[in-house]
Amino acid sequence: MISTKRRVFLKGTLAAGTVGVAVGAGLLAPSKLLAAWPAEMFEADSLESAMEAALGSADIADGDVELSAPEIAENGAVVPVSVETGLDNVSEIALFVEENAQPLTQRYVLAAGAKPKVSSRIRMGESSNVVAAVKSGDTWYKTVREVKVTVGGCGG
Amino acid sequence: MSIRVRAQESNGVINVRALMSHDMLVPDDDGGPHYIETVEVKRNGEDVLTGHWNFTTSRNPFLQIEFEGASGDTVTVAWTDNQGESDSTEVEVR
Repeated sequence: MISTKRRVFLKGTLAAGTVGVAVGAGLLAPSKLLAAWPAEMFEADSLESAMEAALGSADIADGDVELSAPEIAENGAVVPVSVETGLDNVSEIALFVEENAQPLTQRYVLAAGAKPKVSSRIRMGESSNVVAAVKSGDTWYKTVREVKVTVGGCGG
Repeated sequence: MSIRVRAQESNGVINVRALMSHDMLVPDDDGGPHYIETVEVKRNGEDVLTGHWNFTTSRNPFLQIEFEGASGDTVTVAWTDNQGESDSTEVEVR
């Protein structure tokens, strides 16, 4: 009996292969690509490589991005975060936790009519910088906040 | 498995609050990793926002977003996870 982990891995490979073939054949529109789950962005294991994968560069200018998060999170398993911006023409939002093993935490692709304002709850293994980035037009902007965590929340 | 959604319109903006039942298991958990990968929110059948997550989103994920729209619109919230499971729910905007 094939193990679950191996089955999931194979399913992932098959999906990637299918996407690759479809792209090559010109069957997948760019918007569909943007909507596909970005494995390589989530697999990046440093803040720099995750930003490069998700934003195209680790060298991002600070900008009008509001990141709301507690200064001290009592429970790292449930940290409320909100990202909002006054910038216009925002098509993507990305959230990173520097000290997590794989820093990219959440990524959003916005269609016309969506306000650049997202709230959710994330897991943080330990105290860390949290980076929120938004793409306004063709340019990414970011803001960084430190969130201290009393009890880590990535499992165990 | 379920998704609870509240969608309210005010001044031409729909505020959506969704709470999704999902354990969001990390790799070290028994049966993990098992997590929601993609969340799609639609208004009257059209994509409004797509979210990409991994196991660093908290258990029973909460999502709040806003987009232009009107009372009476239909909002759909749907997710698929890394093990091929999925769920979706549809509500009318109040």
